[in-house]
Amino acid sequence: MSDKGFKLSIPHDSVERNLGILTVFIALLVAIGGIVEVVPGYYLEDSEPAVEGVRPYTPLELEGYAIYRKEGCYLCHSQMIRPFRDEKERYGHFSLAAESKYDHNYVWGSKRTGPELARLGGKYSDAWHVQHMRAPRSVVPESVMPNYAWLEDNVLDTGITKGRMEALRTLGTPYSQDDIDNWESDLKAQASVDDETDAQTALRARYERNKWVNKSGDVEQWTDSFKPTPLNIRAFDGDASDVTEMDALVAYLQMLGTHVHFEEGVDYYHDKFGQLYRK
Amino acid sequence: MSAVSHQEYDYDIVKVCVVLAIVLGLAGTFFGTFIASQLAWPVLNFDSPYLSFGRFRPMHTNTVIFAFGGFMLYATAFYIVQRTCHVRIWSSKMAWAAIILWLVGLVCALITYPLGITQGKEYHEAEWWIDIILAVSWVLYTIVFVMTIKNRRTSHIYVALWFFLGMMFMVAYIFVFNGLALPVDMTFSYSAYAGVHDAMVQWWWGHNAVGFFLTAGFIGVMYYFVPKHVGRPIFSYRLSVIHFWSLMYLYVWLGAHHLQYTAIPGWTQSLGAGMSIALIFPSWGGMINGMMTMSGSWHKLRTDPIMRFMIVALAFYGMSTFEGPLMAIKSVNALSHYTDWTVGHVHSGALGWNAMIAIAALYHMIIHLWRPMHSTQLMNVHFWIHTAGTILYVTAMWASGVLQGLMWRAFDDYGNLVYTFADSVAAMHPFYAMRAIGGALVTVGFGIMLYNLVKTMQAAKAEEGQQTAATSA
Repeated sequence: MSDKGFKLSIPHDSVERNLGILTVFIALLVAIGGIVEVVPGYYLEDSEPAVEGVRPYTPLELEGYAIYRKEGCYLCHSQMIRPFRDEKERYGHFSLAAESKYDHNYVWGSKRTGPELARLGGKYSDAWHVQHMRAPRSVVPESVMPNYAWLEDNVLDTGITKGRMEALRTLGTPYSQDDIDNWESDLKAQASVDDETDAQTALRARYERNKWVNKSGDVEQWTDSFKPTPLNIRAFDGDASDVTEMDALVAYLQMLGTHVHFEEGVDYYHDKFGQLYRK
Repeated sequence: MSAVSHQEYDYDIVKVCVVLAIVLGLAGTFFGTFIASQLAWPVLNFDSPYLSFGRFRPMHTNTVIFAFGGFMLYATAFYIVQRTCHVRIWSSKMAWAAIILWLVGLVCALITYPLGITQGKEYHEAEWWIDIILAVSWVLYTIVFVMTIKNRRTSHIYVALWFFLGMMFMVAYIFVFNGLALPVDMTFSYSAYAGVHDAMVQWWWGHNAVGFFLTAGFIGVMYYFVPKHVGRPIFSYRLSVIHFWSLMYLYVWLGAHHLQYTAIPGWTQSLGAGMSIALIFPSWGGMINGMMTMSGSWHKLRTDPIMRFMIVALAFYGMSTFEGPLMAIKSVNALSHYTDWTVGHVHSGALGWNAMIAIAALYHMIIHLWRPMHSTQLMNVHFWIHTAGTILYVTAMWASGVLQGLMWRAFDDYGNLVYTFADSVAAMHPFYAMRAIGGALVTVGFGIMLYNLVKTMQAAKAEEGQQTAATSA
């Protein structure tokens, strides 16, 4: 061997002869990095500074998120704007950590085969989205996105909507029992033409509120002067007769990135941290 | 201590894994070529939910990583552990159970993905109940491996086995913790983590699936098959000790470099970048040890396609473990992140390093478990077609990735963005077509390999028949 004559300065020989020592060393050593990088995130306040306006998803938006995940949209679209000039020009303010705090799982993505979507809400009309899903190349000739024509044909399966909300509540999302009990009325009300019906007024009251309490009693209270972003209530796919997968997905997309009210001239990375952002 | 006779080893289990790895390698690269073609020619989505890119992409990644890579790792682990410990596998029954569960889990995954049943975590898409099947398989695999080492008739545990042990422990950790989820029903579960935390856990998983499944395990393969095949001892024992422990320690920290300039804490990003740069040394330690082991046998490159696969694999390993740290540097990542450069980088590792060293190990095992290959010429064709496909793929993605990154950040003299996003998509088309052709070449290579395997198995069977006829006559 080429290193003949060298003596290893550490007593490695005993490690190689002893399976117990070898496995214990390996098992401990490979655990360190992950623990140091992941665990403090739950304890250090600046890993997810609080920000007013970020609320849990409505039942319809929640179903929209599920379709986003089911169709694998996150594989070609990111939802994480980086703090660069070109990204600000193209997509808007950089994403804050708290803006995805209700995303189990996160959908930041890792690839932009298609454009960034973190602040897509309100950028295009519902009709544009519907046409774009049906046939992307009819509105963006260069697009390589698949046609998603089945979304407007498929009636939304709401079999587990309540189960989804209950699961999220268990995981810490501040849905109240009232929110969960009214899931069906809320879902239908949001996908209907806005006539300010009683159901729609109740839906607004539930998701435009300033106080959120989770299952373990943690309270998130926004200042009284803060007006939460108004809900989008309409027949998103242009057809109020039924609630389709298209309704849910467009409701989700039209909400993206609209919760935080960014003020001009405020440095959301440094200035606000430690003041408003602290609970 | 003398080696036990070969009849005492359980090779049936290895043979089955070898065949499965090659069949699934062909399937996985075919899926890859299909989705690559969809990006070049979107009409190939056929307006079908079951074939659309978003649902089909995990079919490719899971088949190549966990089916092809997985069965290759099961095959080599059971082969190497018996041969270097001079003892029969501890429990053949448990090993069979591990393999059957792995196959069942993967088949379930490949059925559920087109149906849109997914956890939505990259490279960990299988829903919670499939996760459990796969995790049980992995634990059984680890137990069989560790117990076989425990029964060894040699005094020292060979270096290849250290790497396999590292892989088994770490993959168990990351798979279980990243998979923690609250099921709603059989088709849906929510990750236990949200937002920034989920992102950190996901990339702790994502990068260490690369670092341990695709690196530590494959380095273990390299440490057995390279010295064995060229008939020379490992170049430096000391280097293997140092690079083993440093690799085990450092790889774990790298996940954060997938999240540069995102909303995760700055210190985590910097730590991820720093550790990535440090990792060049242990990575290159492995590459140098492998290459220098071949030194003195270079003349065999003229005649031996397996050795060609090995040397090119190590060259790609060295290249992509230099490229990775480069891309982890924040200012480089600012350009490369979200672009095809990442895809190119992954495939220089996956097609160049992982596939080539796996193919070399598989050919080596076929020759030792059945008989010499049906056709050396076809192995040679496989080598060249795979190399050409890989280079075509990787260069296409490098060019398209850098172009994308530069187009996105281009400003004109008046401070306006020069290109729309759609402009950058249009500019990618020739590269996407080129990538699809590269992928097709790799797929054809796997087809040739499978044909060669089938022919070799048929020849082995015929020879066996002749032998029994001769002995009974």
